Amino acid sequence: MGNILEAKNVTKRFGGLVAVNAVDFNIPEKSIVSIIGPNGAGKTTFFNCITGFGRPDEGEILFEGNPIQRLRPDQITRLGISRTYQNIRLFADMTALENILVGEHAFLHSSWISSVLGLPGVLHEEKTALAEAQRLLDFIGLRGKGDMLARNLPYGAQRRLEIARALATRPKLLLLDEPSAGMNPRESEDLTEFIHRLRDELGITILLIEHHMRVVMGISEVVTVLDYGEKIAEGTPAEIQSDPRVIEAYLGRGAATEGMATAHERFTGSKKSD
Amino acid sequence: MKKENFLWNAVKTGLLGGAIIIFICLVGMTEIFSKRYVIEKFVTLGQFVLLTTIVGAGFIASRRTSNLLGENRTVNNLTGGLIAGLVTGLVLALFVFIGYKVNLRAVFLNASPPLYNLLTFGKGQGNIWPLPLIGAVGGLIGAAFLLIPAMYRGPLTRASIFTFFMALFSGLFRVVMINQKGGVEKAAKYLFGQTGLTWEGTLIFFFGVLIIALLWNYRNKEVRARISRLPKRGQLTLRILLFIVILYIAIGLPTVSGPFIAQVIVTMTLFILMGLGLNITLGFAGLLDLGFVAFYAIGAYTVGLLTSYGPFGLQHIPFWLAVPIAVLVAMMAGAILGLPVLGVRGDYLAIATLGFGEIVRLLAGSDFLAKYFGGPQGVIGIQKPCIGTLAPFVRVDVPRVCNGIELGTVQGIYYIAIASALLIAFVAWRLRESRLGRAWMAIREDEDVAEALGVNLIQTKLLAYMLGAAFAGLGGAIFATLIGSIFATSMQLIVSINVVALIVVGGMGSIPGVIVGAIALIGLPELLREVSEFRYLIYGLVLIIMMLAKPEGLWPSTAAKRELHHADAENVSAESMI
Repeated sequence: MGNILEAKNVTKRFGGLVAVNAVDFNIPEKSIVSIIGPNGAGKTTFFNCITGFGRPDEGEILFEGNPIQRLRPDQITRLGISRTYQNIRLFADMTALENILVGEHAFLHSSWISSVLGLPGVLHEEKTALAEAQRLLDFIGLRGKGDMLARNLPYGAQRRLEIARALATRPKLLLLDEPSAGMNPRESEDLTEFIHRLRDELGITILLIEHHMRVVMGISEVVTVLDYGEKIAEGTPAEIQSDPRVIEAYLGRGAATEGMATAHERFTGSKKSD
Repeated sequence: MKKENFLWNAVKTGLLGGAIIIFICLVGMTEIFSKRYVIEKFVTLGQFVLLTTIVGAGFIASRRTSNLLGENRTVNNLTGGLIAGLVTGLVLALFVFIGYKVNLRAVFLNASPPLYNLLTFGKGQGNIWPLPLIGAVGGLIGAAFLLIPAMYRGPLTRASIFTFFMALFSGLFRVVMINQKGGVEKAAKYLFGQTGLTWEGTLIFFFGVLIIALLWNYRNKEVRARISRLPKRGQLTLRILLFIVILYIAIGLPTVSGPFIAQVIVTMTLFILMGLGLNITLGFAGLLDLGFVAFYAIGAYTVGLLTSYGPFGLQHIPFWLAVPIAVLVAMMAGAILGLPVLGVRGDYLAIATLGFGEIVRLLAGSDFLAKYFGGPQGVIGIQKPCIGTLAPFVRVDVPRVCNGIELGTVQGIYYIAIASALLIAFVAWRLRESRLGRAWMAIREDEDVAEALGVNLIQTKLLAYMLGAAFAGLGGAIFATLIGSIFATSMQLIVSINVVALIVVGGMGSIPGVIVGAIALIGLPELLREVSEFRYLIYGLVLIIMMLAKPEGLWPSTAAKRELHHADAENVSAESMI
């Protein structure tokens, strides 16, 4: 299996601050990969570089072998990269179904003139699009809620709707920015299972940013750790958990010498319930 | 403690009422409105406005009392209303008293002897004692109104508002009805006086509406149920029937009403066209455009230059050919505006577009371009639309003769305007339901996310500007033939602001809202000539009240309605679960 995404030497600066510093990063096809790191480590900035929100100042990002770092967000989406947001960004005053339909936008082709004229091709396209949206709604377990405004949905449903909207763009690579934020342990377990389904049933490669260690360690095949914009470690969850540099980044310099067992416990969150 | 509290509250309400009344007097409303009757030879509009303020003060004081002390305090409510009304009356009396002693005219132009004369019922200084009395009685009436059960209060309010409405527009109805023959003319003279309603008319309208409203209270559920029980075919027929009736009225109206009302409706329709256009850029795509009049001007000037036989006419092509060209030119102008402001958002966009509107107006009226656009003289001699063939033209300065029906009168243009508005409303509706409409709404909600979902921002935003501009251009094109001449001075900023206001009042993003907004903000003020002096005062007041009381607009878009519907549904299901 090849790599679906290859980032080479990606650097992003904001004025004097180097938010992402010469990061090399590969995502194997049909894998689940996580990026972790303390607050301000440059995780979301790196996401933005991939999705075209902020162009990297240096380096190259290849998606399926083609460079994408100069493309606009909508062009990147059309190639097959989609994302969700750390703080939910649904179209709050549109219905659940309309939210998903916007996601399908890139794959509909009717021009405004043919829409005004109501040509049969348009009607057929709309019907298919609606059926697809309905299917996605069923997939995330919101059957029958299609006419509700996104703002009126419960929190968990909003998270799932955001994923459904991202799925509507038919991504090959899905970027999830802290999907379990604000979820209780049960909900995050459901989420873990849901992400597995995305990969196994739909064959989508998943890249996660996550703070929730239980989710990260339970789900990821590869974990990459960023700190101050630099990649400090990469490996399987087990490797990462025992890496002294990672523990130091998370818990401070003293922690590495404090005794691995305690630090490990705190780090993996096995005592805490969050 | 509590008792003092409610009394003090009533006094405060009364003082506020007094301040409003003095304001109304000092801006000169009372005097001007007194020339016009609400009920003929009995109550003038000026008196009515003052009385309404007093009754309103009583009502509000009574409601506040209820809020403070709880329900079922009849005596306290009435006392509150009485005191508020009394205080209002006292303030007015004090105002008149001071007015006689001190000359306020140096500062307040309208604080004139005729005003005091009016307020003392023509009897002079000694006659200010009735004012507190009237205040007290009015306040009591207002307070009593709150005590009427809600079931009757609604119909009473509706009947009062309807009667007042009929009185305001009585001149209009009278003219329309007197133009008819036979019974209708007699009915008009029975119901309407020279200005205002007759006593008989007042009673008929008031009780007529009251009875209908009461009956509707009892029966509306039944009627609605019966309609919804109809098979789909039947409902469709009902709707088609309704549509035909409206169409029949729309077609027949100008021949019955005469040119003045037709003119008002055409003006309204032109604003509807602009409103539908701005509704696309602002209502759907959320791009605030304060220079919208520019596209209207461009449409008007294009038709003017292409069809005029005046000194600046470039061509003499028929109206029907000039209109599509005008729409296309306006569309291109939309793109020209859109390109530089693509990346500009929010407040900055409003200012940038404001500049665009002013640039177009100034250029069109400038001496610099006077040899193309006529400068301050404007473009005159614009051809009227012609159904039939035009005589072939020989020279540019010779008007072409229409061999057929020339739609030269206001009534003729009326049909063109109505047909265009219907067509554009249909186009706007189709656009909103389309893929493009969804992309616009997504941009309105969150531009970045929309882009990340594959919406091409450049293309989609440009289309919003272009299609919005096209609609406004059509409005301008019709305006040019209606007036027959165009001047840059009629393309003021206030037109753009009117269009924004009518969209906001009607309901952002709602197509029927645009129509309702245009009727409320353009049509009604046009018909009320007496009020024209205070047009923008009342206008501003209405806008403030609207934003406080009904920010979603008079006819909100379906999304807002759906939301309400769902909130209800959730409540029901939550209750049933308990």
